[in-house]
Amino acid sequence: MATIGTTPPNPTPATANPADPADPAKAPEATGGTRRTRRTAPAGRRKRRRAPRSTAAQVALWTLLIVISAAFLYPLVWLISASLKPRAEVFDNSLIPRNLVPGNYVEVWNQLPLLQWVGNSFVIALLAAFLVTVSSSMVAFGFAYFRFPGRSILFGLVLATMMLPGAVTMVPQYLIWKNLGVLGTWIPMFGMNLFGSAFYIFLQRQFFLGLPRELFEAARIDGASYFGLFRRIALPLSIPSLVVIFIFEFQASWNNLQSALIYLNAGSVEGFTAPLGIAYAMTKFSPTNGGQGDYQYVMVATLLITLPMLVLFAFGQRHFIEGVATEGRKG
Amino acid sequence: MSADLARKPGTRGTKRAARRGRVKYNRREALAGYLFISPWIIGFVVFMLGAMAYSLVISFSRYNLATNVARPVGTANYALLFDDPKVALSLANTLFYAVMAVPLEICVALGLALLLNRVGRGAGFFRTVYYLPKMTPSVATASVFLLLLNGNTGAINQALGFFGISGPQWLIDPAWVKPSIVLMTIWGVSGTMVIFLAALKSVPRDLYEVAALDGAGPVRKFFAITVPMISGAIFFNVIVLTIAALQVFDQAYLLFWRDQTNSSPESSLFYGIYLFQQAFREFNFGFASAMAWVLFVIILLISLLQVKIGNRYVYYEGDKN
Repeated sequence: MATIGTTPPNPTPATANPADPADPAKAPEATGGTRRTRRTAPAGRRKRRRAPRSTAAQVALWTLLIVISAAFLYPLVWLISASLKPRAEVFDNSLIPRNLVPGNYVEVWNQLPLLQWVGNSFVIALLAAFLVTVSSSMVAFGFAYFRFPGRSILFGLVLATMMLPGAVTMVPQYLIWKNLGVLGTWIPMFGMNLFGSAFYIFLQRQFFLGLPRELFEAARIDGASYFGLFRRIALPLSIPSLVVIFIFEFQASWNNLQSALIYLNAGSVEGFTAPLGIAYAMTKFSPTNGGQGDYQYVMVATLLITLPMLVLFAFGQRHFIEGVATEGRKG
Repeated sequence: MSADLARKPGTRGTKRAARRGRVKYNRREALAGYLFISPWIIGFVVFMLGAMAYSLVISFSRYNLATNVARPVGTANYALLFDDPKVALSLANTLFYAVMAVPLEICVALGLALLLNRVGRGAGFFRTVYYLPKMTPSVATASVFLLLLNGNTGAINQALGFFGISGPQWLIDPAWVKPSIVLMTIWGVSGTMVIFLAALKSVPRDLYEVAALDGAGPVRKFFAITVPMISGAIFFNVIVLTIAALQVFDQAYLLFWRDQTNSSPESSLFYGIYLFQQAFREFNFGFASAMAWVLFVIILLISLLQVKIGNRYVYYEGDKN
């Protein structure tokens, strides 16, 4: 849409100029953010027609995009294909396996405790996501609705903690969990989430600020408690942004390798999470480590732990993209 | 959303300012507010402030894991740290990686966003495709690229061979270890791209039209309109990506440090890896904490420098709240 690159001089400009003022004016009305509105707004489409590029430029653009898509998709397609190959053919790099071995998907369960890994990761990710969603929105409601001394300073601190590198608190947090006597349990994997997380607090506060205050005043008059305002009004109205937080944290927890290395690596292999399990499998089958080079099993396992994320993305795509875009906007 | 409210001058900001002038806090309300934010306060005091203070103390101590006693040793850990060639090596590797990765990520992400911003109707489809790598867990990326980047039989070298280029031993040759990790990072660059895309969408169209009337070409428009208008997003991405790059861990760990068979231990030792090894393999908590504080100071200095430079160039649309 933007006229940034190679815009050819055009003989028929300004067919849809009248649409221009309508576009920004229309955008802010919905709570879904301006971006979505603008993307689907007919005004945008009309404007694009205003500057039709030469067919050659369009073809070039689309070809480029498709080539890039192929590059981005290649590793994933390669992964699927490798997971279906016999050991000797993993490295032949053909995207269509010459000898199809769906048996890899059966055998992998005997080779690796994959079910336990996925189960562990799933429980931890659910707990992590649930806890952080509840705690962050509670804190966010505190910042959004109530007036109290020091509110803006404290909120500034919330934002400041987003910049704190995790490496600094890694050791002392380990020692805190150790002194609390919960090492060897799953608690360190999600315990921090009880206290809210800066980015989610920010996100949720933005959402709460968008709710009409009259709603809460009316409920107060009807005798609702402060907690009632949060539970019965704020939370039900903010389900879309709660979903964003939930799936973001679910993904973060599902991918979390470092915490698993710190807190679970010493335990039994069955107690590993999915990322730790894949790391274990990479070593187990590595020929340099005495393995047979059965990378097809690693690929099956890798694919199986990637799939839940792709499913999550399929359902929550819009949320992911809007969440990330918001992240950029706060800067 | 509220950002839109705030953007209109004079609605929200002035109301709030007026309120602040004659503010009287309702005690019950204030108390309830503190109660609601108390989880964060506890977390902040214990797991951030407390942890940082604790970490500072430990960095001046020798920590005995068996007895949980931190015996003060003065600046011994810091002295050790400056004497340890591996610290300097890992820091140099990390900075080298960051200098290579961050500008590339910014350029690729911005390039992709510009392309997607032009395509219109099909943008959603391509954005989904480009976002898929971002959904792939880092372990999955590492385990696939471990095979793709194999120097002898990997697909990437095979593809290069097709063009008559004989590819390097990506994961073995010390010179190619860091580019390998950069390559993986670039594959997952779509998060940054999405932020740029959102920024590009918010650049007012009329600016381009006015510029076109004034006879500005596409390159001129890009540098005179697009770059300044999205400078906030560029700034944000540079800072965030730099902080992430200085803590690079997952890919390097999975490709080189998960077992004892690393063939290029010099080139692939990143600061985050060495810190992790010192803390959770050697259990030298004092030394590791000293390393963490040095990293913290380095990140702080780099961020401050970036903010200082950024403030000179970044254009804010008046919607900073």
